Amino acid sequence: MDYLKAFIVGGLICVVGQILIDKTKLTPARILVTFVVLGVFLQLIRVYQPLVDFAGAGATVPLTGFGYNLCKGAAKAVDEQGFLGIFTGGFTSSAGGIAAALIFGFLVSVIFRSKPKK
Amino acid sequence: MKHEMTNKEYNEYIKTKTPNSKIFSNSLKAFVSGGIICVIGHCLLTLFKKWGLDEESAGTFTSITLIFFGALLTGLDIYPKIAKFAGAGTVVPITGFANSVVSPALEAKTEGMIMGVGAKIFTIAGPVILYGIFASWIAGIVYWIISLF
Repeated sequence: MDYLKAFIVGGLICVVGQILIDKTKLTPARILVTFVVLGVFLQLIRVYQPLVDFAGAGATVPLTGFGYNLCKGAAKAVDEQGFLGIFTGGFTSSAGGIAAALIFGFLVSVIFRSKPKK
Repeated sequence: MKHEMTNKEYNEYIKTKTPNSKIFSNSLKAFVSGGIICVIGHCLLTLFKKWGLDEESAGTFTSITLIFFGALLTGLDIYPKIAKFAGAGTVVPITGFANSVVSPALEAKTEGMIMGVGAKIFTIAGPVILYGIFASWIAGIVYWIISLF
């Protein structure tokens, strides 16, 4: 049942992205940025947490989940460190994901060659 | 020479040639493929929790694992092939973020390791990180102000 919820919610979030691509001139890069910022905002107004509780990875795997994580990090850091947390929260919570993307991205770039475009 | 269309003409042309059914079938593909990636994510999440990780660490490990496969499949030129079918279904999940980090870096390899790979790896990651961190900073300010009362 949890897997079905993850499938439906995750799928629907991707449909929103697909409609934005088809109906507007948003490039994938803008979609990524929009979804991350949207995730931060939705968590700030306490809408995203219930969605995560309901759908698990269906809500955390799409990039809105990355934004959710950033916002959660900010809340936690402010809670623990006060004013300093405003600056440390975002990077602290996203450190694993950003480091992984850069490290694996670098390794893949070193190991593989760019395939010619057809 | 054939008449070159301006951007505006081209967009209008596309509008007449793109019926709503196309948007529907694209959305269906994005739904199924994006949903499948999330289910894989949920399997990983469940697995990591079973191994005794707490909710937060399990979530981070899930992201790291998906990013690993997103990057690897981009290097193997498999991810772009799936993306052709799946559209936003492969853009929106975190694997799409990994793809957007790898592909510009891979293409810029000939420009050298510093200004090629080193700089271009941030082509899309840069804006995502910048606006994400900026948004989290705003959120932090809001939480801080709330904490004063």
